Amino acid sequence: MKPRIAIFSLTGCEGCSLAILELEDQLLDLLGAVEIVNFREGMTEKAWDIDIGFVDGAVSTPEDEREAKRFREACKTLVAIGSCACLGGINTLKNHQARDDYRRYVYGERAEWFPTQPARPLSSVVKVDYELPGCPMIKEEFLQFVKDVLAGRPFKLPDTAVCVECKKRGNVCLYEQGICCLGPVTRAGCNAICPSFGSKCEGCRGIVDREALLVAGVNLREQYDIPLEQVLADFRLFGAYQEGDLP
Amino acid sequence: MTDVSIDVRHVTRVEGHGNIAINVQDGEITRLELAIVESPRFFESFLRGRMYHEVPHITCRICGICSVGHTTTSVKAVEAALGITPSEQTVLLRKLILYGEELQSHFLHLYFLAVPDFLGVGSVIPLARTNPDVVKRALRMKKLANDICGAVGGRHIHPIAIHVGGVTHLPRDEELTGLKRRLEDCRTDLAETVGLFATLKPPDLRRDTEYMALKDAGGEYAFYDGDIVSTRDPTPTPVARYRERVIESVVRHSAAKHCRSPQSETYAVGALARFNNNHEQLHPKAKEAAKALGLQPPCDNPFHNNTAQLVESVHCVDASIELIDELLRRGLRLEPLVKPQRYGEIGAGAAEVPRGVLFHEFGIDRQGRVESANLIIPTGQNLANIEADMRAMVPKLIDSELSKGEIKLQLEMLVRAYDPCISCATHLLDIEWQGEGT
Ligand code: SF4
Ligand code: SF4
Ligand code: SF4
Repeated sequence: MKPRIAIFSLTGCEGCSLAILELEDQLLDLLGAVEIVNFREGMTEKAWDIDIGFVDGAVSTPEDEREAKRFREACKTLVAIGSCACLGGINTLKNHQARDDYRRYVYGERAEWFPTQPARPLSSVVKVDYELPGCPMIKEEFLQFVKDVLAGRPFKLPDTAVCVECKKRGNVCLYEQGICCLGPVTRAGCNAICPSFGSKCEGCRGIVDREALLVAGVNLREQYDIPLEQVLADFRLFGAYQEGDLP
Repeated sequence: MTDVSIDVRHVTRVEGHGNIAINVQDGEITRLELAIVESPRFFESFLRGRMYHEVPHITCRICGICSVGHTTTSVKAVEAALGITPSEQTVLLRKLILYGEELQSHFLHLYFLAVPDFLGVGSVIPLARTNPDVVKRALRMKKLANDICGAVGGRHIHPIAIHVGGVTHLPRDEELTGLKRRLEDCRTDLAETVGLFATLKPPDLRRDTEYMALKDAGGEYAFYDGDIVSTRDPTPTPVARYRERVIESVVRHSAAKHCRSPQSETYAVGALARFNNNHEQLHPKAKEAAKALGLQPPCDNPFHNNTAQLVESVHCVDASIELIDELLRRGLRLEPLVKPQRYGEIGAGAAEVPRGVLFHEFGIDRQGRVESANLIIPTGQNLANIEADMRAMVPKLIDSELSKGEIKLQLEMLVRAYDPCISCATHLLDIEWQGEGT
């Protein structure tokens, strides 16, 4: 039997769900290999016995929390897709402001009509089996994941840094222009797309590992006079570094 | 008319989460709400304190479908605040990526979200079996649109190369000529799409509506630039004074704010609004398509927003071809980003994104950090107007012989016709029927 797939969204831009539709060349094959049974953005029918559920978006309201638990119960395998679901994502920027302040700024006196809580990754609420980070999720990685799962192979994220892919592409390093790029400490897998288009890596795939962070931290300070605090502050953009002691 | 209570929880095939709730008692509508239950996002709050150059990278994350639109509008607003005038080449590239996104979003909406209703299926998925050619055509067109965005911006969802002050990457000539060839081929796909839509019968609903859009003084069909006009007040208002034309308020049942104008309690933005205000500037081929589809200005049937999207798609394909010719003729050169000329001011920017006119406004302090932010999203502007359409539709629907399933479908189709993007406006609709009289 074909695996029954669902695509769900919590608080986010649904860019990760959309990234699946942007697999135009492979979409028909994909639809032949799996059965999509629940996808609000793309279809009307809904079912709740699901083999693999993909979730984009962060948990950022009491409702999100209830939904996340419902998804977990309905899905044999639960996969967080995108920075929002894996790390909290861009939504976590509000976590650095006082709740009453950020609510009031948008909704004024009526702030209490709209419940909200600090934005968190899916794994902070329910057990997550796999994570496919990125903002948006890398669609090729998603495809690889589906292929591996269908073939019963283990799926693993790359454990090297973005710099490795960036160097392979032959880009001139942005540090040469004095730009602090997060590539040395960010998990590869995006084919260094941002530096290849002239922008620094903003760390959307999260920190590759703590050790890399330490080594890079020392290097950046010694070579470029960039303190680790600055690197960690930059990682706040997608929630990869929320709080806690510096390594 | 019997008492009726409708409760649609999460309208499907829209971007985001929204519900429809309607109560009718003794023939009177006692409650009619298009509730936006998407989580509030708080972008306006958390932008404060970030550096000006990060703004487009943050705001593009408001919405996956129209992230190019948010990027474009943000760079324009930040540039207005900082006194930056981008180069002509930058503007041409920004227009090209914006056309790419209009096409991507219109194709997605027409084929994936709207067509299933007309063909009586729940999604595009069964069509892959019954009408594989239609689905392959849809995918081919959508991929072309994506590839335009990719060539200019690096990717469609959250483009990388578009920055305040310029672009950090240029498409190669071969990429542009390749895209041009595919755009030319796309004319056949478009003609077939026009043929398909000409056979579909949108429900008949007419309601006198104010339509608001940008109008380009230079005579282009406005997407990238223009002043604010509407069908009830055609005097152009510069974007910097947008607050005179768009009045926002918070309503309890919606995490997205509602909007009205000085002329009307509700107004509409989007493809039909653009068509109604700017049809004269359409490419001649798009005008032909409008004729073939029976779309005539002024049109006040909201279901024809889909038709207008298709007409605009024809326009954007030819406009993109012309832009590519222009870019190739000039030759592309990498330019440094234009530096801020001043700090400490407020700037507003607007662009016509797939769902209508989008406004961003930012105050940038003396350190180059965001001090204030205001974002007015097309779906937010349309919400009150969708409710007004429903108010006009519901009594007729209830008096008709339609089954509750059909009534529900018509209401959902109405919502989908507006192509609401609820993540943007903050999510969409799922209708369940409850209570007595159903
Ligand atoms: S990770 Fe990025 S693309 Fe995915 S839902 Fe979140 S903001 Fe959107
Ligand atoms: S540009 Fe960034 S990702 Fe590329 S090599 Fe330099 S630091 Fe690494
Ligand atoms: S280069 Fe960095 S910011 Fe860009 S996609 Fe890769 S991990 Fe994300």
